[in-house]
Amino acid sequence: MSTNGSVIRCSIDGKEYLAKAGKYINDVARENGVYIPTLCNVIGIHPQGACRICTITVNGRMMTACTTPVAEGMDIKTNTSELQDLRKSIVELMYVEGNHFCPACEKSGNCELQALAYRFQMMVSRFPYTFPKRKIDARNPKLVKNYNRCILCKRCIRAIKDEQGRSYFAFRKRGHKVEVGIDVDLGKFISDEVAQKAMDICPVGALIKKEQAFRIPIGKRKYDKTPIGADVESHHV
Amino acid sequence: MENQKPIIATASLAGCFGCHMSLLDIDDRILNLIELVEFDKSPINDLKKFTRHCDIGIIEGGCCNSENIHMLKEFRKNCRILISVGECAIMGGLPALRNGIPIRECIEEAYWQSPSVKGHNPEMILPNDQELPMLLDRIYHCHEIVKIDYFLPGCPPRADLLYDALVSIITGTEMKLPYEVIKFD
Ligand code: SF4
Ligand code: FES
Repeated sequence: MSTNGSVIRCSIDGKEYLAKAGKYINDVARENGVYIPTLCNVIGIHPQGACRICTITVNGRMMTACTTPVAEGMDIKTNTSELQDLRKSIVELMYVEGNHFCPACEKSGNCELQALAYRFQMMVSRFPYTFPKRKIDARNPKLVKNYNRCILCKRCIRAIKDEQGRSYFAFRKRGHKVEVGIDVDLGKFISDEVAQKAMDICPVGALIKKEQAFRIPIGKRKYDKTPIGADVESHHV
Repeated sequence: MENQKPIIATASLAGCFGCHMSLLDIDDRILNLIELVEFDKSPINDLKKFTRHCDIGIIEGGCCNSENIHMLKEFRKNCRILISVGECAIMGGLPALRNGIPIRECIEEAYWQSPSVKGHNPEMILPNDQELPMLLDRIYHCHEIVKIDYFLPGCPPRADLLYDALVSIITGTEMKLPYEVIKFD
């Protein structure tokens, strides 16, 4: 077994790499120009392993790349046809689980869920649409929380805190009723800057900063012309 | 069928005609398309009834009323290949934003409450003509009602996606799917 910090040798998609033991597979891959699709993960924030989009195989077993550290001798496969279909099916599940009306969404073109669907060439979901009844909460002075679109990735909870380390966002309820809400009291003091950060950290359009929507024209948005992950792949040496 | 051009039919159900507009957006390639195919029932030529069995049916829009369901089933019966075109056909699209709102509430909003009608309908008349198709409890996307063979997303689907899909089906060649053509808005 390797201890954290020592250098190990592993293989990713048949190529050998040296990496620091203890580093997450996703980070090692990314730094070497191999893109593993992620959704709930934020670089630099403790991983959650919530969405399973980053599923890869390690010595034939399925693992999440964002939460699994590399170790000596690992044989990692990131892109088999089985994994590709699994990832696509997760995206398709998310599309039917909530109400994702892309043509009417402020985040369209900048949305990571949609960008993954584009990358995986999703023409339609293979699962039946559920059209759940969800609400929109616009009470906060700076942010609109749209429950129709929230994928429960917890990125907002994990990444956005006030100076005392308190989170503006929190889980409520249990089981399939679970939802991520804005703390009503703490939320009153959200600054423009934090509201913008929250909107940017949310991978979908579940957190929208008021008076910000539809500023960037179609064609100029983040994923209009460039697939998600292209930045990682272009760093390939 | 031999030496005969493939026949296309199109319909707009609960859609906005944006998908049909996008089809016209193929610009001068429409001349190539006319070389390749013939049109049967379609708003493009204003043919109201099927005159023969068709090869390809293009459906824009989902189903919001009984007439849409009837029309969709007619298309399935009369077309060998049926394609759902655009977000409304595929997942209900904007009309499906009313899914979850009781139908009575939608109608009262439209004819009594909304700013453009409030005060202008003193007798509180709601559309009640026997000829009008019945509104459905929610929007049904096309593959909930009939089997759909292909799906072309977009709002509207890019003209290139529509054109390339049709040419691929007609000529039996594999479709190119460059990144820019698959979009949901
Ligand atoms: S609001 Fe956005 S960031 Fe927060 S859990 Fe929902 S999808 Fe994730
Ligand atoms: S990115 Fe790894 S589980 Fe979500």
